[in-house]
Amino acid sequence: MSEDTRPVLSATGISKFFPGAIALDSVDLTLYPGEVHALLGENGAGKSTLIKCLTGAYRRDAGSIQLDGEEISPTSTQESQVHGIGTVYQEVNLLPNLSVAENLFLGRQPLRFGFVSQRRMQREARRILGGYGLRIHPAEPLSTFSVAVQQVVAIARAVELSGKVLILDEPTASLDRDEVEMLFKVIRQLKERGLAIVFITHFLDQVFEICDRATVLRNGRVVGTRELAHSSQTDVVHLMLGRQLESRVQDRAPQTAGKTLLEFKGIGRKGMLEPFDLAIREGEVVGLAGLLGSGRTETANLIFGAVPADQGEAWLRDQKIALTSPRDAIRHRFGLCPEDRKTDGIVGDLSVRENIILALQARQGWFRPLNKAKVNELAEAYVKALDIRLASLDMPIRFLSGGNQQKALLARWLATNPDFLILDEPTRGIDVGAHAEIIALIEGLREKGMALLVASSELEELVAYSTRVVVLRDRRQVCELHGEDISTRNIVAAIAQGHLEEVA
Amino acid sequence: MIRSTHLPLVVTILTFLAAFVLCSGQYPAMMSTRVVANLLTDNAFLGIVAVGMTFVILSGGIDLSVGSVIAFTGVFLAVILRDTSIHPLAAFALVLAMTIAFGAAMGAIIHYLDMPAFIVTLAGMFLARGLAYVLSTDSVPITHEFYDVLQSLYWKAPGGGRFRLTGMVMLATFIIGMVVAHRTRFGQNVYALGGGAQTARLMGVPLASTTIGIYALSGGLAGLAGIVFSLYTSAGYSLATVGVELDAIAAVVIGGTLLSGGSGFVAGTFFGILIMGLIQTYIVFDGTLSSWWTKIVIGGLLFAFILLQKGLTWATTARRKPLIDFAAP
Repeated sequence: MSEDTRPVLSATGISKFFPGAIALDSVDLTLYPGEVHALLGENGAGKSTLIKCLTGAYRRDAGSIQLDGEEISPTSTQESQVHGIGTVYQEVNLLPNLSVAENLFLGRQPLRFGFVSQRRMQREARRILGGYGLRIHPAEPLSTFSVAVQQVVAIARAVELSGKVLILDEPTASLDRDEVEMLFKVIRQLKERGLAIVFITHFLDQVFEICDRATVLRNGRVVGTRELAHSSQTDVVHLMLGRQLESRVQDRAPQTAGKTLLEFKGIGRKGMLEPFDLAIREGEVVGLAGLLGSGRTETANLIFGAVPADQGEAWLRDQKIALTSPRDAIRHRFGLCPEDRKTDGIVGDLSVRENIILALQARQGWFRPLNKAKVNELAEAYVKALDIRLASLDMPIRFLSGGNQQKALLARWLATNPDFLILDEPTRGIDVGAHAEIIALIEGLREKGMALLVASSELEELVAYSTRVVVLRDRRQVCELHGEDISTRNIVAAIAQGHLEEVA
Repeated sequence: MIRSTHLPLVVTILTFLAAFVLCSGQYPAMMSTRVVANLLTDNAFLGIVAVGMTFVILSGGIDLSVGSVIAFTGVFLAVILRDTSIHPLAAFALVLAMTIAFGAAMGAIIHYLDMPAFIVTLAGMFLARGLAYVLSTDSVPITHEFYDVLQSLYWKAPGGGRFRLTGMVMLATFIIGMVVAHRTRFGQNVYALGGGAQTARLMGVPLASTTIGIYALSGGLAGLAGIVFSLYTSAGYSLATVGVELDAIAAVVIGGTLLSGGSGFVAGTFFGILIMGLIQTYIVFDGTLSSWWTKIVIGGLLFAFILLQKGLTWATTARRKPLIDFAAP
């Protein structure tokens, strides 16, 4: 890439407002022909909003987009495609029942005497795919090929249709190493052809491997654009997380070394999480740190059996147990407060009371209903203990604020009297006051001897309550921090480098 | 090489051949051109309507109205030829325009109101049947010299088989249907729609015109089937062809088309029709079996084919091709 070439796309001052929120605040993005440009940022930073504004899926509220020096204002993805901006998503948006050739040419099939010429279509498809080094039979249905091949076909279609800017939205999320390698080969080829490629991913290694520049977004603003050849991973991680990262020494309650409660040996799932070992003792909070997509939520789901592991074993109090479903986990007195509270946690239209007793009732079996007095007593006790603020126990839980919903979910599991509680992002989207209360709650539970596993993107928070922090990166456990080593600085270093730096 | 998508078609054809060999082994007379000709003539209206049904099912929809539309067409023709002096050809054109419009209207409702095809065409089924009753509740005979001319058109094959016009119309419908399905953009859009409407929309398939076109086609072919049926029976009767839509669906499924849409062949439906006709012929030859055995065998075949489809879907998604075909240039 040379700096003196004219940009193929330059977006300036792009803003997008949603009711009550500024999703994008005057964002600039410049793409040069023949560059691979990474778009980085944590969840909610505004990456996908920006992409949607560029492709016309959203109307921008301010700013201008210039493509090859001409102002464009696409109103639909089709229109931006015609202008030359193609997008390929993580879930391949092609038709699995059609053949590869038909997918490439749908809507613009070569005609002969008004009829689709299958022969020419196959020939053309073979030529186009050959250009990507893909030697497959284009008459085979798309569904017979791996996701990686489908991904390349989707890219080929996008390039054929557009051919100036190609946006790849997490294309590697469900690919294994070899497939990523193959995709990168394709990306490099397209780069040589002079396309501008936007690459969105959570894998920093891949960013440094394939991208020339990176624009980092945080809270809807551009916090920096970096030439990746001249910057380090630590630098980029700092930009992304952007918190006050001075090392703080925490006043930590002395570690009460309980008995080992749970031990996982080589547990993992292909394509989701590398096998790992993890032992959790009673009275211990194990923090899970890592960037989005590094395997935090996957770890939580795997341990809870929500997604069954395909290898490794789990031991509970020196007894081997099977964890193939959440029911198993609940029977062994596990609990999980999921990351996505609204879809995976609460049952929005049921009352607060029903939501609180849900897990307990499920464990007891539906044919032995808890009696009303017991239910009321339980629900009231937890509402009081956790200070859940509500008008009535009978109101649907979806009317509660985020923090109160989270507390009600906690109450649901506490009611089952669990030995082991997994919390995935327990403080996401809740206000500061509730935040502090939940942290206090976690510490209280630990002191009572419960074992907890907490996944969070809030590093300060992890530092505050964890007795140990496990750092994940690219779906692999890369290191474990103990006692005094636990600091935001060390966690960031571990996320960036993949191992613990010597602490000065 | 046989591709996995062709496998159901191959199975259907093999089933037909095996059944034919078995039947003619038991009754050598079934090998005659006479039986083959009658197979085509007797199933002409069902075959025509099944071509339309194939398109509908390929797109992931269903059309329950076709049986009633056939009956309506028959009654309409009989009544209009009895009460007016209009030429049958003009009456054919009129009734085809009506049935096409009827189908298009159902397609428009399905698309624009985002309603399930099952409900919309169920309403269409009652509507068309009701209209047929309004025209006449009795069986109305058709006596017109042009009908006699059409009915007398046949090609006498060696062996005594009479290949009548109606059978030829069915064959022509199948051939045109195959060309439309596989060699036109409309046909490709039908497959795309069956693969996933949302994705098809993102890929630029015009959903509205495709959906309306599919149901207009099915309605029009039901009208054509009605004309053929009136030639076959020389009458229009509002109680006729009850449940033909289900026979057509059965023929399409036995022909290897996936009920969930997106995969199948018009040619498969042709063999589905032949298999169903063959079972009937066998029962006639046997003479001692109740005709309800037809339904039982068709039921069994349907189950078998549904299981086959499930198995194939499972096999193709479970064993994705690895990357061995991929090599850098």
